[in-house]
Amino acid sequence: MTSAQIEIQLIASLVAIACALPGTFLVLRKMAMISDAISHSILPGIVLGFFITQDLNSPLLIVLAALTGVVTVMLVEFIQRTKLVKEDTAIGLVFPALFSIGVIMIAKNANDVHLDIDAVLLGELAFAPFDRLVAGGTDLGPKSLWVIGSILLISVSLLLLFFKELKLSTFDKGLAATLGFSPVILHYGLKTVSSVTIVGAFDAVGAVLVVALIIAPAASAYLLTDDLRKMLILSCCFGVFAAISGYWMANLLDASIAGSMSTMLGLLFLLVYLFAPNRGVISVLVRQRRQQLEVALLVFLLHLQNHEEPEERHVKHLQEHINWQKVQSERVLNLATNNNLIKITNGVIDLTGKGRQFTAEALNYITINKETAIEDLKEQFFLFRG
Amino acid sequence: MQLSDFFTDYTLRTITLGTAILGAICGMLGSFAVLRKQSLLGDAISHAALPGIALAFIITGVKDRNLILIGALISGLVGAFWIKGIVKHTRLKSDTALGLILSLFFGFGMLLLTFIQKMPNANQAGLDKYLFGQAATLVEQDVWVMAVVTGVSLFVLLLFWKELKLLLFDADYTKTLGFNTQFLDILITSFIVIAIVLGLQTVGVVLMSAMLLAPAAAARQWTNNLAKMVALASMFGALSGVVGTGISASQSNLSTGPVIVLVAASFVMFSFVFAPNRGLLARAIRFRRNRKDLNLKKTLTFMHHIVRNHENISHPHSIRILNNFHGFTLKTLSVLEQRQFIRIEGDQWSMTEEGFTEATSIYDQLGQTDD
Repeated sequence: MTSAQIEIQLIASLVAIACALPGTFLVLRKMAMISDAISHSILPGIVLGFFITQDLNSPLLIVLAALTGVVTVMLVEFIQRTKLVKEDTAIGLVFPALFSIGVIMIAKNANDVHLDIDAVLLGELAFAPFDRLVAGGTDLGPKSLWVIGSILLISVSLLLLFFKELKLSTFDKGLAATLGFSPVILHYGLKTVSSVTIVGAFDAVGAVLVVALIIAPAASAYLLTDDLRKMLILSCCFGVFAAISGYWMANLLDASIAGSMSTMLGLLFLLVYLFAPNRGVISVLVRQRRQQLEVALLVFLLHLQNHEEPEERHVKHLQEHINWQKVQSERVLNLATNNNLIKITNGVIDLTGKGRQFTAEALNYITINKETAIEDLKEQFFLFRG
Repeated sequence: MQLSDFFTDYTLRTITLGTAILGAICGMLGSFAVLRKQSLLGDAISHAALPGIALAFIITGVKDRNLILIGALISGLVGAFWIKGIVKHTRLKSDTALGLILSLFFGFGMLLLTFIQKMPNANQAGLDKYLFGQAATLVEQDVWVMAVVTGVSLFVLLLFWKELKLLLFDADYTKTLGFNTQFLDILITSFIVIAIVLGLQTVGVVLMSAMLLAPAAAARQWTNNLAKMVALASMFGALSGVVGTGISASQSNLSTGPVIVLVAASFVMFSFVFAPNRGLLARAIRFRRNRKDLNLKKTLTFMHHIVRNHENISHPHSIRILNNFHGFTLKTLSVLEQRQFIRIEGDQWSMTEEGFTEATSIYDQLGQTDD
């Protein structure tokens, strides 16, 4: 690895962590789309700053862009407060308009400006090591490393200082307010930190991919854990993993680094989405299927309990009267027999003692608690689950 | 450029017609997106279409407009239904799902685009036009395609009008009535995807969502009637297409897509401020009028409070006993006199018969016994 390669991976990882921290809270607070709005609408601020300074890494640019981000947030909230349109419509109206202004500003001055619109969308991480911060003749490393490093430092210290308050106001706004923490200050603080982070990361990964780095790690982590601390750590890990593996994939394909970073994030999310224990699609579908079968079993047992006459308790009756499919009735019968809840003699089904006890207790539980979650009972009686 | 250019210049006429039709179909379908609180779905879908554009080129190796459109359509549909899947099966909320699909698909698309640029096959130039769109590349065939799609979607909308309307305003009721809401949902989402894909070439991936949203959001302010809203939104959309194309053609270096979006945004701003009933101006006027009316009534009830203990209700009282706290100003006093609720002689006022009846009725409405 050359030193440039190491520097690129370091910048990418820092950007990923800096994005993942506010991203976690944005996802939890259902404000994820505001990151999309900010990342697009800071364009006019960046273009204006670039016209003035002619330097993509100047601090003025970052200040102007961050200001545009705050203006965006204020505009969106102003429109939301008029209640003329729904919340998401307000977001969808503001950012394309500001982005259009930025695009027109670039296009009108295309001849004398070295600001490429593709660079705005994609960023150019590969060139980051060439723009170096030099102080008093000594080389202090790439400028963007310093920019994103200081942003990360600020957001980490804010996070450590206000972790308790942030946690509380994220999960229980009302309680936070009654305890005297102003949810409004935290709300705007989070938005300001997000917009500064987006501005800092913008230069490295571009407008749209900032959104990927903010939302995807947090969303993947949210499917894996219920603990805020673990979620923060997991999303940072996911971000760093995507940054480094994305860099090497880009190297291999000779393609955009930012593009392959978000592709890696996409793959990661796809894996989590499908296979996450408890919350992944596959385990959700399996659980639903099992619950369906077990509810059917319970209905069937109650039916048996209520009927003494042999013709109501005949195996064939399941298909005729309860109107189940053949496969379904076989599965229910198998489950019941395996658990020793019923026995079948000459095609007539009888509840066993255990079956009677289970049915009675389940019925009792449901009528008293008005709930259908009888997981404890099932654990107690079932040898096999559906 | 002159106005007559619109009719004589072939290219300009094609582009204007194209953007007008595009605006109309976007306004029409956008109304449904806005009312279903799916405003940002368009944004996500248009970004999600990008990998389809690139994949269509990688797989076929040719830059055929229609193949690219089909690629975009497929990946847009995959994106749209994956968003629905995420919201349905996991605990992630719709905003997270939208942002995820938007950024991940777009990032993948950019990866493919940069990959294509390095490919030896050199005729890939122009794929990145889909990022910001280029209305100048519209040809007559595209306009025909748009017109046909608009016709078909209008026909389908009219065919399922009643069901879609019901679905918009009460999805649960629609379901209990036995309509297949899933089918209707897929229908409307698919048409939104189609409209977006059609617009990609003209306004591009990034700004397409505004085309869908802005006309509908503007139209919403003028009416509470769905049919009128859809018609108005199509009109606003078509108008922003025509005006935007006109402005961008009149100057050099002005890309059409952003101009159209800005024109549409100014329609929205105008509607927000000036729309009757819902508009900000109308609302401010209504507030002022209500406040004045309230002050007037407060003064009148205070007078009633004084007067009702006298045998003669028209017994004159000094103006000085009224104070600011009861909403009293010289203006309210003169308005009360104009309406003949009171008579003023010098610095004394006295209540008339009508004034007393009016005040009593206000008093009864308030249902208060004292003060």
